[in-house]
Amino acid sequence: MGFDPDLLTSPATRIRGYFHLPLPRGDNERQFTLDVKLDIPGRGVTGIFGSSGSGKTTLLRCIAGLQFCKNGSLSVKGEVWQGMEKTLPVHQRPLGFVFQQPSLFPHLTAERNLLFARKRAWKSVSPTEYEQIIALMGIEHLLGQRPAALSGGEQQRVAIARALLIKPSLLLMDEPLASLDQMRKREILPYLEKLHRTLDIPILYVSHAVEEIARLADHLLLMEDGKIVREGLASAVLSRTDFPVPLGDDLGVVVDARIAERSSEWRLARVQFHGGDLWLRDSGEAIGEPIRVRILARDISLSLDAHTRTSILNRLPVRVQEITADSDPAMVLMRLEPKMQNASTTTETCLIARITRRSLQQLKITKGSELWAQIKSVAIVR
Amino acid sequence: MLTDDDLAAIWLTLRLATTVTILLLIIGTPLALWLANTRSLAKGPVSALVALPLVLPPTVIGFYLLMFMGPSGPIGQLTETLGLGTLPFTFWGLVVASVIYSLPFVVQPIRNAIEAQGARPSEVAATLRASLWDRFWSVTLPLAKPGILTASVLGFAHTVGEFGVVLMIGGNIPGETRVVSVQIYDHVEALEYAQAHWLSAVMVGFSFVVLLALYLLQQRKSALGTPYGI
Repeated sequence: MGFDPDLLTSPATRIRGYFHLPLPRGDNERQFTLDVKLDIPGRGVTGIFGSSGSGKTTLLRCIAGLQFCKNGSLSVKGEVWQGMEKTLPVHQRPLGFVFQQPSLFPHLTAERNLLFARKRAWKSVSPTEYEQIIALMGIEHLLGQRPAALSGGEQQRVAIARALLIKPSLLLMDEPLASLDQMRKREILPYLEKLHRTLDIPILYVSHAVEEIARLADHLLLMEDGKIVREGLASAVLSRTDFPVPLGDDLGVVVDARIAERSSEWRLARVQFHGGDLWLRDSGEAIGEPIRVRILARDISLSLDAHTRTSILNRLPVRVQEITADSDPAMVLMRLEPKMQNASTTTETCLIARITRRSLQQLKITKGSELWAQIKSVAIVR
Repeated sequence: MLTDDDLAAIWLTLRLATTVTILLLIIGTPLALWLANTRSLAKGPVSALVALPLVLPPTVIGFYLLMFMGPSGPIGQLTETLGLGTLPFTFWGLVVASVIYSLPFVVQPIRNAIEAQGARPSEVAATLRASLWDRFWSVTLPLAKPGILTASVLGFAHTVGEFGVVLMIGGNIPGETRVVSVQIYDHVEALEYAQAHWLSAVMVGFSFVVLLALYLLQQRKSALGTPYGI
C-alpha cells in the first residue's frame, strides 16, 4: 500500500493518516513494522491501547513528527501535517505532547517551564486562561519550585499544564501515568477527567492500563504488533469477549449512563442506560448528569430465576448472546444482552460475565438462554 | 620578587589563555554538538583527530604546525598571500597552536554534557514550538552549562600550562611569545632559582585555586540536583 491521496482532502472533523515504518529491533528479534491506517474523530479522547511493544508510542511519535516516517501521511482536522510535498517539522505542528517520563526542563522552575510554552503558544494565552490552566491542574503552590523538588505526580501535572499552554489543536499523551505509582495515578486521573470535560481539544491517549482507558476514552484503538486490530466506540470495543489482549481480571465493560434518581434515604443513586437501571452509591452528581460505570466480568454471577431474597442490589434480566472460551480452561466468557422490560429493541450495551464451565453445564445455559445477571459491584469510572 | 619581565610574561600568558579559551568555546561548542548528535561516518575519524593532542608529544604538534605555518607550508603561503605574514614566532601563531593543542579539553566536556542530556529535552522543546536554533539557545546550551564551565576552565588552565608547543612554534620573544612556562625555563637555565621559585609558586597557586573553584562549583551544581556534570 502506498501513499493515499484521499487523506489530503480529509474533512475538518477527522484525523486521518497512514504510516508504514519498519524499525530495526534488537539482535535476535524479528523486525517490527508499524503499519497503520488511521481515521479517528477529531474530538474527544481516543485511547490507543495495546501491550508493550505493540507500537503505540511509535504511532504517537509519528503523528507528532518526532519519529520520521518516510512512507506516511497525516491530516489533522483538514490540515495537512505530512503530505506528498511537505512534511511539517515538529515545531510547526500545533500539538501538545505529554511524555511518559515527566520531562520538565531541569534548569527552569515550574513557572518558567510554563512560561516557556506560554511565550511560544499558537494563540496568545490571556492571564485568565493562564490562571485557569494552573487551577485545572492544581499546581498554584508548586510554581516557584525546581522540577527536582517536585514529586513525579506533581511534575507530570506541571508537564500537562505546559502542554496545554501551547494552545494545541491536538493533545498527544504517551502513557502519562505509567511512570507513577498507584497513589500518584489516583492523584492525577481526576485532573485528566477534568481536562476531558473542560477542554475541547482532541486527545490521543496511549496506555496499556485498561483502567485508564475505561475511565477516559470515548473512542478506542487496539494495537497489536504494529497494527490496529480493532477500533470503535470505547464502550463497544470493551464489551467484546474476544478482546485481543488478555486482560485477566480486568476484563469488563464500560456503560455510559445518566443519573435518573437519587435516594437520600439510602444514599444511593439510580442510573439509567440503554438496557436497564443500576443502583450505585450516590456520589453527589445531579440528576441528568452523564456517568460512566465499569462492570467487571468477575463481578457478575448468573441465576436462572430472580432471587429477590439476596443482598445483591443490581439484578438485570439478560439473554445470552454468545459463549466463548476463556484463556483459563475452567472458565467461559458470556456476552449478555440486557432484556429491555419496556421495549422490544435490542441495545448496544452488553455485559460480559465469566463463569465456570461446570456452572455452564449444570445450569444448562446455551446461546439464547434467558437469565438473571446479578451484579456484585459497579465502579463509577467517571 | 617578580621582575618586570616576569610580569610581562604573566600578562602575556593571561592574554593568550583568554583569547584561546574564547576561540575554543566558539569552535568547540558547535563541534561538540555535532559530535554528540551526528550519525555521520565522519564521527569516528573526527573524534580521533580532536583527541590526538591528548596522546601526541607537544613537540610533534609543534613541529607539524611549524611546517604548515612556515613560509613553505600551505597555511604559511595562504597567510602570506593574505598579507598577514607567517604565523610562527608571533602571538597569533601561539594562539592557533594552543587552540589545536587544547581542543580536546574543551570539546570533550561539552560533548559529554550534551550526550548526557539525551534527545528528550530537545524533543520536548520541539513540541513546544521551539525551532532548532531556539532549542539550542534555550535548552541544549543552558543544560550543558556545567560542561561548558568545566571546558573553559580546563581549556584556560591547559593553555597556561603548555610548554613544548610554545617552544617549537613561538620561540622566546619577550612580550610576544615568552609565556610564563618559558620564562621559568629561562630562569632555571640562567641559574636564577629564586626567580624560578617565585614564578613557579604563582603557577601552582593559580592552578590550585582554579581547580578548587571548579570542583566547588560542581559540588554546588550536583547539590541543586542538576544531573549533568563532567
